[in-house]
Amino acid sequence: MNKSRRSFLKVAGFSVFALSSGIVAQAAVPGTANAKLAPGSYAKGDAALRARRWAMVIDTRKFAGPRDYEPLMEACRQEHNVPSIPDARNIKWFWLDSYEHTFPDDMNAHLDTKTREAAYPLLCNHCSNPPCVRVCPTQATYKMEDGIVAMDYHRCIGCRFCMAGCPYGARSFNFKDPRGFLPNPVPNPSFPTRMIGVVEKCTFCAERLAMGKMPACVEASEGRILFGDLEDADSKVRRALAANFSIRRKPSLGTQPGVYYLI
Amino acid sequence: MLEKLLSAPKTYYVWLGFLLCLIAGCATVYWQQLQTGLSITGMNRDVSWGLYISQFTYFVGVAASAVMLVLPAYFHHYKKFKRMIIFGEFMAVAAVVMCALFIVVDLGQPQRMLNVMLHPTPNSVMFYDMMVLIGYLTLNIIIGWVTLEAERLGVEPPKWVKPLIYLSILWAFSIHTVTAFLYAGIPGRHYWLTAIMAARFLSSAFCSGPSILLLLVFLVRRLTGFDPGKDAVKTLSTIIVYAMCVNVFFYVLELFTAFYSQIPGHAEPIVFLFAGHDGHLAWVSYWMWAAVAMAFISLAILIPPSLRTHPVLLPLALVMLVAATWIDKGLGLLIGGFTPNMYESITPYMPTVREVIVALGVYAIGALVLSILWKIAIGVKQEAGNFSD
Repeated sequence: MNKSRRSFLKVAGFSVFALSSGIVAQAAVPGTANAKLAPGSYAKGDAALRARRWAMVIDTRKFAGPRDYEPLMEACRQEHNVPSIPDARNIKWFWLDSYEHTFPDDMNAHLDTKTREAAYPLLCNHCSNPPCVRVCPTQATYKMEDGIVAMDYHRCIGCRFCMAGCPYGARSFNFKDPRGFLPNPVPNPSFPTRMIGVVEKCTFCAERLAMGKMPACVEASEGRILFGDLEDADSKVRRALAANFSIRRKPSLGTQPGVYYLI
Repeated sequence: MLEKLLSAPKTYYVWLGFLLCLIAGCATVYWQQLQTGLSITGMNRDVSWGLYISQFTYFVGVAASAVMLVLPAYFHHYKKFKRMIIFGEFMAVAAVVMCALFIVVDLGQPQRMLNVMLHPTPNSVMFYDMMVLIGYLTLNIIIGWVTLEAERLGVEPPKWVKPLIYLSILWAFSIHTVTAFLYAGIPGRHYWLTAIMAARFLSSAFCSGPSILLLLVFLVRRLTGFDPGKDAVKTLSTIIVYAMCVNVFFYVLELFTAFYSQIPGHAEPIVFLFAGHDGHLAWVSYWMWAAVAMAFISLAILIPPSLRTHPVLLPLALVMLVAATWIDKGLGLLIGGFTPNMYESITPYMPTVREVIVALGVYAIGALVLSILWKIAIGVKQEAGNFSD
């Protein structure tokens, strides 16, 4: 009996027990899936940037308008071969929306014009308690040890439970073949394109961090987006949060987003 | 018992042939979906589940509803259900097959679906759903087949099947509870985030499932002369009335919480479903109001015993009840869950013709499975003299 079959039987047996004894409610609610690595040794390169919990602070005060975000969005699209599909089935990793849509719980009719009319960047929040990871039936989306919520596009079955689960609309499904909407050759041949029928989203540029580079949008922001270790009291993000008023999207849901906005 | 399929009137084979042609026709559209992806459906980034998942949800309820026959018969020794019970169990089998297929047609990468078992994930409700549905399918096939075989031989069913039957009763509740948990545990979807979801699912299932069963049994009575028994019909329609009353009551509870608390998130999906957006009714609003009307008319007919036993009014009320519950769960549940979307704005969704055709194909497969299983059951009942009073 090989290992994966044994572990399957273990989990299946546990599940049957949990169901028949009525503890399914407790068993199904909390917990996060962790990716199991295939045997062999994996280590981060010497150049890799490390953190206990990566987080982002976006200083929206320093962006004058939507055009200021354009280079950031373009950097993300180029870095990850994100196609532009001009309809409701678009693929979005880093995009803009209004205050009302970004922070629907905080909307107030008499908000100052500047705040109300500004555009705000949206991306995956890389939550500490991510509902998408909780609901994924195959662990195709999982939390890495540095807090990044990552995806395995080859394991995703395209059930879109994560899209229903994500309260931020951060996930996109490839309704169409994305390669048909990309130039040939693709902007960044070193990053994989996705296939039809899988979900994708922002990765906090985990692949760039591994090579010692900051995320593409952070680099393109020229200091207006900070990125660092939330658990390190001396990090840039922690100092910015200590010195400024910040908000997060839908904090009442308990997901603990890792993206902070300075307003 | 399969030989019962060989001695059927010509019309039966014509019916099977028709279903096979229909399935083949719908399969070509599914083939197209495999080639061009789910872009042939009306789903989009904000409304990421649609008709397929809602049909899955509805038919889990239909499958679970077999318990409304099994429970009185085995827990309360209500013998008058015994003749009809096999039809409920076999309908559950057909319904679970449909559920599985509705999930498969909804997947973006269906060839990878076994990943759910290869990488079992106990924190995902979807994993449990797959497990409990497979379990329920197996239980109903075994129980149905073994008890039918016993009936054919004129003996009592073997003792070992009893524990399985008791298990299947609990299991029926579990499948629809787990299906409700798919929705009710998701933060940020206001329409779904309600503790009463599983109870609402069960009550809606326990009125709609037996209604579908009764309607189909009436059809079979016309076609073959099989008589389920007057008392059995009467008792089952009483169960349907109670379940429908509870179902409507539960919905009213939702309305109270949403509109008395006046928390916008709770009320907005319901307002959208019934009143649309910006003064314009959504297409689904017409359906929702039709559902409300049919729910109350069906109750008006079903509650007074004199009307409930009427040979024409009863089927009419059951049709309306099924339509009302189907609209609530098969349209409203998903559309209300995704609208307003994550940005508290409106992204419209309407199933496309091709999406409906693929769903129709799954319906046809369900009908095929049901026709085959019920034909066997009817054949055995005829042979065993358990056919009518």
